[in-house]
Amino acid sequence: MKKRSIIPILYIAFLMLPIYWLVAMSFKTTNEILSGFSLFPQTFTLENYITIFTDPTWYWGYINSIIYVTINTVLSVCVALPAAYAFSRYRFLGDKQLFFWLLTNRMAPAAVFALPFFQLYSSIHLFDTYLAVALAHTLFNVPLAVWILEGFMRGIPKELDETAYVDGYSFPRFFVTIFLPNIKAGVGVAAFFCFMFSWVEMLLAKTLTAVEAKPIAAVMTRTASSAGYELGLLAAAGTLTIIPGAIVIWFVRNYIARGFAMGRV
Amino acid sequence: MAQIKLSNLRHSYMPAPKGPEDYALKEIDVTWRDGGAYALLGPSGCGKSTLLNIISGLLTPSEGQILFDGQDVTALPPDQRNIAQVFQFPVIYDTMTVGENLAFPLKNRGVDPATIKRRVDEIAEMLDVTDMLSTRASGLSPDNKQKISMGRGLVRDDVNAVMFDEPLTVIDPHLKWKLRSKLKELHQRVQATMIYVTHDQTEALTFADEVVVMQEGEVVQIGTPVELFERPQHTFVGHFIGSPGMNVLPCEAKGDRAVFEGHEVMLEGPTHGDGGRTDLGIRPEYVGFGDTGIPAHVTKVSDIGRHYVVSAMVGNTALKAVTEHEVPEPGSEVFLQFKPEQSRVYRDGWIATEERAQ
Amino acid sequence: MRTENQKAWFFVLPVLALVAFNALVPMMTVVNYSVQETFGNNQFFWEGLGWFEQILRSDRFQAALGRQFLFTFLILLIEVPLGIIVALSMPRKGLWVPVCLVLMALPMLIPWNVVGSMWNIFTLPKIGLMGYFLNDVLGINYDMTQQPLSAWITIVVMDVWHWTSLVVLLCYAGLVSIPDAYYQAAKIDGASPWSVFRYIQLPKMKTVLTIAVLLRFMDSFNIYTEPFVLTGGGPGNSTTLLSIDLVKIALGQFDLGPAAAMSLIYFAITLLVSWVFYTLMTKDDAQ
Repeated sequence: MKKRSIIPILYIAFLMLPIYWLVAMSFKTTNEILSGFSLFPQTFTLENYITIFTDPTWYWGYINSIIYVTINTVLSVCVALPAAYAFSRYRFLGDKQLFFWLLTNRMAPAAVFALPFFQLYSSIHLFDTYLAVALAHTLFNVPLAVWILEGFMRGIPKELDETAYVDGYSFPRFFVTIFLPNIKAGVGVAAFFCFMFSWVEMLLAKTLTAVEAKPIAAVMTRTASSAGYELGLLAAAGTLTIIPGAIVIWFVRNYIARGFAMGRV
Repeated sequence: MAQIKLSNLRHSYMPAPKGPEDYALKEIDVTWRDGGAYALLGPSGCGKSTLLNIISGLLTPSEGQILFDGQDVTALPPDQRNIAQVFQFPVIYDTMTVGENLAFPLKNRGVDPATIKRRVDEIAEMLDVTDMLSTRASGLSPDNKQKISMGRGLVRDDVNAVMFDEPLTVIDPHLKWKLRSKLKELHQRVQATMIYVTHDQTEALTFADEVVVMQEGEVVQIGTPVELFERPQHTFVGHFIGSPGMNVLPCEAKGDRAVFEGHEVMLEGPTHGDGGRTDLGIRPEYVGFGDTGIPAHVTKVSDIGRHYVVSAMVGNTALKAVTEHEVPEPGSEVFLQFKPEQSRVYRDGWIATEERAQ
Repeated sequence: MRTENQKAWFFVLPVLALVAFNALVPMMTVVNYSVQETFGNNQFFWEGLGWFEQILRSDRFQAALGRQFLFTFLILLIEVPLGIIVALSMPRKGLWVPVCLVLMALPMLIPWNVVGSMWNIFTLPKIGLMGYFLNDVLGINYDMTQQPLSAWITIVVMDVWHWTSLVVLLCYAGLVSIPDAYYQAAKIDGASPWSVFRYIQLPKMKTVLTIAVLLRFMDSFNIYTEPFVLTGGGPGNSTTLLSIDLVKIALGQFDLGPAAAMSLIYFAITLLVSWVFYTLMTKDDAQ
């Protein structure tokens, strides 16, 4: 083992410490947590997890989150695909300005939009629905998906399109049967990023929901305030929110590095 | 400038190689004269790049020694061996100008600015890049980039050897010959030992005084281009060099004759050794047509410009002949004549006939 | 080359519609509020640029803006060099690479308020690992709820924990795209490790570093959830960053006018600084 690999090892250890602590706490009883410091759970308990899996407000939180995140991911990638194709293949009036304007939405602080979003979605009767959160999250996910997909599409030579037209393919058929398989990796990465940002965003998701579509993370804050300070339960709920992310990232592990560079290396 | 000697060199990429098949390089013993131009020729994966990297010091061989002018350099890192290497893809430092690129190796060695300037100007003049010295290197065309990476090697006046690892791969065909003649010219001017790795026989044969042909980690023959063509030591060399390659025909050896498909063929001299698989090797250029000889059935005739390549069947064996005139019709029956002084028997691939004393 | 084709607009239309709905309507709402005063009951009075002037002059806004810049400056100062160092020392290939990458990306996939809760649990005195270690083992008096310094260290360390991996992954992507021949040529040219970094690795990482700095700037400048969950902006107002202050005014006090004006100023600053960063970092390419 080389000497310099000590740096990534230390770094990863630093990353894992708080996560370990969260997981360790989730297996402790409230008594043990409050009675003082212990590095490992002394009386190992699954009670916190049982509470979550038996109480509908808890597990519906997860289901709600997963539903709106999925809607958002599908929606974002679907509308971003043709747009990214246009940006990567054609020049048209105002293309640069449009691209830049899309990206500025990625820069907008979510806090700025919290209140107007609440009013907008209330006025069209979408408040507290999955669609509201999924639509709101397209604000920053669609520009990102366009950006990533455009990067990947630029790497596909234009000759591919031309050959297909010469071979008599119609545009939709070419796009679905030839072009899409070529940018699979890009679609995967874009979907991953949409999933990720929709899954982690909380300010808008919380503002736009009350009961029906309340995300898991918002359920957590409610519990923290109403049912006293149940740290073990909080830790268990937190641990469970890490799992979907971990699963999704495992699927794209071979594209992570390139994906984070938005296909631009 | 130096004489380069590779002594009992072996290399394996595995930590504990067992049999010979685990070695990327099997037993190499070569001496290269100071100031010579050599080519390492072989198909992809034959170990030629491994050998090159061992000479430049990027790899340490598992066994054996590398000697520069008799001095053992096996353990020295690349920068202390005073060698230069040009890679398949041009390596240039994007953020620097052409001049800074050329000066970089000297600067790293703490050479004084006046000398650097003198050397850079000299090399730039030699490579015809004087007018680009102050432009950013990142915008150059591939052939100019390749020239700059060559120049970075030549700028040091103490280089022992310059090595080229398939340097023309990314160059446009019409610029290839230009760069190649530039290389030849440079070799005459700087008198450094040059080693050129390629899988292209034309490149190797036009560049080098002497060609080292490699196959599966082994040196199969070292010789001048003429020697490789006229008297291949191994069926691989015969087949790899020449277009089309040498005919390799299964036969039986009997003294100074070979029996091929029931016909006796006179050889250049007596065969030696016995056992193993025996083949008759003859280049298509030395297969002629006549009124008598080995009967054959012509299957195909291709016109490739300067001459015709005739494919024919003798019994169940296919062979090729090259002819400039008297072209037989496809489908006709002809008689083939093999030139005896160019007919040889190969035993398990290696030559097994002796040249008859002239 | 891309070809001229105005029909391409049809491809962009769905995106345009979706983003316009989400961006333009709320933005108009914000602009509308920012120039009016309301006393409830949906009655509005024209206020002109009064709110803007009030916000820009207020000590509260200036203090929050100052804290915001300090926070962003600190995390860029730590995360960018740290990210580069970690990326440089990562192995280029091998079985461990995907495992390393997945572990490193993990913090970024945790919901932001869970990140806040996690660090809360981690830093609690007596109960949390870090809180226990600092107070009871090292004897340092550390309490985030009482001391502004502790709170600041915690939110900065938390952000470093949360986002440094973004810089690592971006830089790593840049590094693996460098062909081996570059390193070999540098060895032969006798380049020092510093020269290899300066003339080979850094130039190749330039594009990705630009992306990294821009993303880190935007996201850290807009940060809300994690520090809010962790410190609630306290103790006092010591960790009240811009977004936290904005939400306090808008949703807490329901001062729609000032909140809207502040939103616009905030957005304008983000855009302006991003643009400055972008031009500075891509200046060389234009030559």
